[in-house]
Amino acid sequence: MSLRTPLSTAKGLGSAREGAHHWWMQRLTSLALLPLTLWLAISIAMFPEMDYASAVAWMQMPVTAIAMSLLVISLFYHVQLGLQVIIEDYVGGALKIASLIALNFTCIVMVFVGLYSIIKVSF
Amino acid sequence: MSVSQRPLSPHLQIYSWHLTMALSILHRMTGVFLSFGAVALIIVLASMASGADSYSCVHDALTHPIGLLFLFAWTFALYFHMANGVRHLVWDAGLGLGKKVASSSGWYVLAFAVLATVASWLPMAIGALA
Repeated sequence: MSLRTPLSTAKGLGSAREGAHHWWMQRLTSLALLPLTLWLAISIAMFPEMDYASAVAWMQMPVTAIAMSLLVISLFYHVQLGLQVIIEDYVGGALKIASLIALNFTCIVMVFVGLYSIIKVSF
Repeated sequence: MSVSQRPLSPHLQIYSWHLTMALSILHRMTGVFLSFGAVALIIVLASMASGADSYSCVHDALTHPIGLLFLFAWTFALYFHMANGVRHLVWDAGLGLGKKVASSSGWYVLAFAVLATVASWLPMAIGALA
C-alpha cells in the first residue's frame, strides 16, 4: 500500500523516477572517454605538425573516423552532464533555465557539427 | 527575523587548505576548461571539412605561442581530470576513502598529470630543437 495521498499522485509530485541516472551516465561516459581521450592525446603528441593532406589522410582511416565519432559523442555527453551540475550549483532563477537550455543546445550542435565533419572528410 | 542573525555553517575560508579539497576544486575547474577544449576539437574537425584554407587558418592559430599555451594547458588539464576521474571511480567502488590514502592518491594523480604532460610534449620539443 502506498503512503502517498491520492491528491499528490494526481498532482504528479514525488520522485521523478530518474534516480541515479545522471550519476551513472557520468561514470559510464568517463569510462568510455578514458581510452578515447588517451588515443587522441597520443595521436596528436606523435604527429604534432600535421599539414592538411596528412590530417585528411589520417581522418580517412576507418579506425580514426570511428574512434573520433565515439569520442565526439561521449565527450559532449560528459560535458553536458558535468556543466549541468555546475550551472545548477552556481546559477539561480531564470538564468539557470536559460543556461541549461543553452548548454544542451550547444552540446547537441557540437556533436552534429563534429559528426558531419568527420563523415565529410572520410568520404 | 533578520537573516543576518542566523548562525552560519563553517564556509570555505574557515578551513586550512588540504590537498584533497584543492584537487576537488581543480577537478571542476579543469572540467570547465576542458569543455572549451572540446569546442576547439570541433573547430579543428569543422575546419578540416571546410578545406585546406580554413584548416591552415586554425592550424596557424593553434601553433601560435598563445595557441600552444592553450594546447599545453589542455594537455595538463586532460591528464589531471583523467587521473582524478579514475580516483573518483575507485572511490565510487568504496575503496581508498581513508584520510591518508585519499591524500597520497592525490599526490599520485598530480605526479601522473605532470609526467604525462611532459611526455606528450617531448616529441614536439625534440622536433623544435632538432
